[in-house]
Amino acid sequence: MDAVGATYDARGLVELDGTIPQISEIDGERAVLDARDLSTRKINAELRWLLYEQGVKDVTILNPSARHSLGVGILTRCRITFEGSLGYFGVGLIDGPEVQINGRVGWSVAENMMSGVVVIESNAGSLAGAALRGGDLVVKGQVGARTGIDQKGGTILVLGSAGSMTGFMMQRGRQIICGDVGPGLGDSMYDGTIYVGGKVASLGIDCVEGEWTDADTEYIERKFRIYGLGSPPELKKFVCGKKLYNYDSLEPSERKLVL
Amino acid sequence: MCGIAGIIYRNGEERQEVGRDMTRMLQAMKHRGPDSTGYALYRPDTDGYVMHVKLSEANGNGDFDFAERLRRQRSQIEDRLRSLGARVRDIDATAEHAMTVTFDHDGDLKQLADYVEDVRGAEVLSLGRSLEIVKDLGDAETVASDYRLNEFIGTHAIGHARMATESDVDIANAHPYWAYPFPDVAVVHNGQLTNYHQWRRRLERAGHRFQSECDSEIIAVYLAERMAQGDSLEESMRRSLHELDGVFTYICVTEDALGVAKDELGAKPLVLYESDDLVALASEEIAIRKVVDREIETYDPYEGAVMVWTR
Repeated sequence: MDAVGATYDARGLVELDGTIPQISEIDGERAVLDARDLSTRKINAELRWLLYEQGVKDVTILNPSARHSLGVGILTRCRITFEGSLGYFGVGLIDGPEVQINGRVGWSVAENMMSGVVVIESNAGSLAGAALRGGDLVVKGQVGARTGIDQKGGTILVLGSAGSMTGFMMQRGRQIICGDVGPGLGDSMYDGTIYVGGKVASLGIDCVEGEWTDADTEYIERKFRIYGLGSPPELKKFVCGKKLYNYDSLEPSERKLVL
Repeated sequence: MCGIAGIIYRNGEERQEVGRDMTRMLQAMKHRGPDSTGYALYRPDTDGYVMHVKLSEANGNGDFDFAERLRRQRSQIEDRLRSLGARVRDIDATAEHAMTVTFDHDGDLKQLADYVEDVRGAEVLSLGRSLEIVKDLGDAETVASDYRLNEFIGTHAIGHARMATESDVDIANAHPYWAYPFPDVAVVHNGQLTNYHQWRRRLERAGHRFQSECDSEIIAVYLAERMAQGDSLEESMRRSLHELDGVFTYICVTEDALGVAKDELGAKPLVLYESDDLVALASEEIAIRKVVDREIETYDPYEGAVMVWTR
């Protein structure tokens, strides 16, 4: 504890209320946490305590009750299972965990995930996998609007349909949407690939259909195999048309030399 | 940001504790808007009308004349109702600066509402056979206890937890809005409308009155105008997607229906839960879970969605 009374958690980050409930049932590397009567802050503090200080590798959280910001900022390899739905910003900013959510999630699930796996058994809200940088986000239901906005890596796999502006400003990575997508697919995308199984309401600016290769087939079959999703549906591939690429890699001084 | 919520029970005539349920939903979304809280609640049809009137708000601590002004407004409103032939049954003054009048009336309701509003500082928040709008500053639990809403038994309701972005923090700018002068129609809205001034001028020229500077008031008046021209609630709402610009999710209620509309960008959140017993919708699932306390199947309706349920 320092002069102003702040404490720091196992990651060295400031923790305003450092007391940890310590109510989980721990059995070796596994633990079960009933979150019913805990605040969001306490649930997350308990989770970090289990994973960073108690050597637990597999946590099951009961009664998340659709609360926001659960399981955020976990930066270690582990397995986390939520027995129920999450609210907004679920498991955002994570690096490493394998997360199973047996329920639904609100907006911005797995936002900015660096690596790991997040599997959602039901639906997800808008902005699923926003700014995703790595890892796999699998949604077995439908997703809302702007899925994978600003995505910079990783894979988003959706078995149901997706809303408007899917892959908006996407920069890298892949999305597989098995159902229909709303208007403005891949609007202003820079790079990356979006596969769509159903109907496309409309393409966004500078999003075009791409050429299918064997590598696409191999990649999609591999992802479906890993998550036990059976055989993939017939998909179409969409990429950036690069017509909006009005810039080049030359510095102004270099450009002068070329001219 | 704002939090909106709606609930409608589908099991026919059975009356439910809709006031308590709505308070729980709104309190769970307090973080979305702590400025003011509003309710539009529907009780089973009564044979008379209920009018909620907001009286003056105090001009700070130095407003020594405030209590006297309220007393004068109350008696003026009562006199005016009687003079137009309304048979007043009951006057309830639960909160200091509001009054609820139950009355019978056979004449023109618009004329009656206009005459009451002509009392300086008075505003008719709602008027109808079953609609009651209550709105005030503070969170849901504060407003519910001030106006004894947890005891309200009814059929359906909408509510709003407001974070003011486009206009002042006061009661006039709080939601829900009554679709003046149409009895039993009310709206809550989360979002911003960008063609507000255009629509306000247009609707004012058509003779409609506005009580606030809040962009959301447009939706209520707009829908009322459409329905006056013969459109159904659903038709009016579908049309609004093209005619109102900006980002919005709004919920509109009538005597026997509850409808929701989302803009074409899907920019504002809405989570929907449908079962045989009830339909509950809110900006966040956490609000619905305060009424249905178990794991449930919910989803986000897509952009451009218009849905209507009847009880």
